[in-house]
Amino acid sequence: MLFLLAILVGILYGAAVYMLLRRNIFKLILGLIFLGHATNLLIFVAGGLTSGQPSFLRGLTGETAGMADPLPQALILTAIVIGLGVTAFALTLVYRFYKVTKTVDFDQLSENE
Amino acid sequence: MTLILPIILPLLFMVVLMFTRRSLLFQQFFGIFASVLLLLFSIWLLTDILKNGIMVMQTGSWVAPFGITLVADLLSSIMLVTTSFVGMIVMIYSPGFIDKERQTAGYYPLVFGLLMGVNGAFITGDIFNLYVWYEVMLTSSFVLIALGGSAEQLRGSIKYVTINFVASIFFVAAIGILYGKAGTLNMADLAAKMQTWEANTPINSALMLFFVAFSIKSALVPFFFWLPASYHTPPIAITALFAGTLTKVGVYTMFRFYSLFVVFDEQFWKIFILTLAGLTMLIGVLMAASQFDIRKILSFHIISQVGYMIMGLGIFTVAGVAGAIFFTVHNMLSKTNTFLAAGLVYQKSGGYDLKYLGGLYKASPVLAVLFFIPALSLAGIPPLPGFFGKFFLIKGGFEASEYIITAIAIITGLFTLFSMVKIWNEAYWKKVPEGVSVSGKVHPSTLIATAILAGSVVLMGIFAGPVIDVCLQAAEQIVDPHMYISAVLGR
Repeated sequence: MLFLLAILVGILYGAAVYMLLRRNIFKLILGLIFLGHATNLLIFVAGGLTSGQPSFLRGLTGETAGMADPLPQALILTAIVIGLGVTAFALTLVYRFYKVTKTVDFDQLSENE
Repeated sequence: MTLILPIILPLLFMVVLMFTRRSLLFQQFFGIFASVLLLLFSIWLLTDILKNGIMVMQTGSWVAPFGITLVADLLSSIMLVTTSFVGMIVMIYSPGFIDKERQTAGYYPLVFGLLMGVNGAFITGDIFNLYVWYEVMLTSSFVLIALGGSAEQLRGSIKYVTINFVASIFFVAAIGILYGKAGTLNMADLAAKMQTWEANTPINSALMLFFVAFSIKSALVPFFFWLPASYHTPPIAITALFAGTLTKVGVYTMFRFYSLFVVFDEQFWKIFILTLAGLTMLIGVLMAASQFDIRKILSFHIISQVGYMIMGLGIFTVAGVAGAIFFTVHNMLSKTNTFLAAGLVYQKSGGYDLKYLGGLYKASPVLAVLFFIPALSLAGIPPLPGFFGKFFLIKGGFEASEYIITAIAIITGLFTLFSMVKIWNEAYWKKVPEGVSVSGKVHPSTLIATAILAGSVVLMGIFAGPVIDVCLQAAEQIVDPHMYISAVLGR
């Protein structure tokens, strides 16, 4: 499971970078979304995978040993919300840019006009 | 309990201003009143911390490392005072410069949103919480930079939003990896844990991701291209606010992280940081020299001067860090001041392009003086504070036997002087070009704000002694993080 998730994170990062480098400005937004998801999964994987166990703080011994750590999920939840907000803002920004300039081409971003 | 106020106060002001968005006059006066209140509070906080040492608050009474800790040491409170001062100046400046549409479209609440994020980043003691404050600050700045929605602004803000989002991703990824290794995100707890780890624990991957994230935010070489591509697009009062606060939050965070988390491979980090600092100083100032738009020249200078601050971090002796802190404070004031002075130029002659400017000294000597003071301070001419900042940095560099970086710092100072003289010659000294009018009206509120700021720059130069004393104490707390750690963990 860990191995599969690691590969998935890699693929998502790759797709994100590919999308970020496209000239179409809407694909840039897709790239940002992928980048956010890849990172959320990365936190999830890096936090350690414990399946089928109730959650408690990690590192404690005795009764709580082996229980799942809930903190990475809490971090991801916050990151998802923030990512959602920024993506929504970026979408409106790009849409406004399209309405003002009538283009979705990145090359129009250069200032020499 | 008082430590939460630097966050709660701007939030309250923001809510009040949000509900009264349509009444312009109330917004203007309340903005000034609120920012003065914030400044007074942060000055009180600084004096209290000077007297009683580091102030800690555990939110919700959750003991560290389980809850979110708020910590203010001297460096934090110095930055708080400077930020609220810059905020106050911009609040006084804005009514006379920003057009009415922007002012009633949420400009004032957004500025307080930005200040809330900046203050939060300065006093938080938890890494994930720091990320949240960064996002609060950045989201406000995203809206501020796009506010108004001209084509040029939209162009600039798409670049700005994208690069800052990518930087945040680096930041979060680093947090995830760090948590996987350490199992805690409380800064003090993490630092205490790290000191018990054996050498060569693989921590550098996370630290390097952090470093990339913060160097994008503070515009270090090679991550600086977004800054001059976007900072010149919004009205200059907004640019001045960004120049005075945003990049410096990145610098502050680097100081905090370097002090707490670089326990292994110190030699590598030192050389790495000093190399980047040297390149940042030189490349920033050289690129500034080739520009003809005042705002672009000043934007490139922001980059160059971040290099000085990072140089102090690389040296990491008490003298070097104190010099860097002094320099940061001076830079926040002087940089904002030069941008505001450029705004005065804009009001007087309707443009920022040096080719179409001239004769401003003759038209209005006051305007010229208000630019002259911060410009000379940035270039490092005594008795202005820029001189003392550079002096302590260079002295620190010599004492630590870092001769190459010190030489670069001195050369950069000369180039800075060159581009300040260039603005001076072109905009103020030379004859008015044909077809250009210099009879625009300068709004009194902008003049007053710029004058207060220029006055404070001069005062900081005159009272450099006491200020340096405070900076030295702050630097001691940074160089030896044990005080910070034991204050938070209570042992």
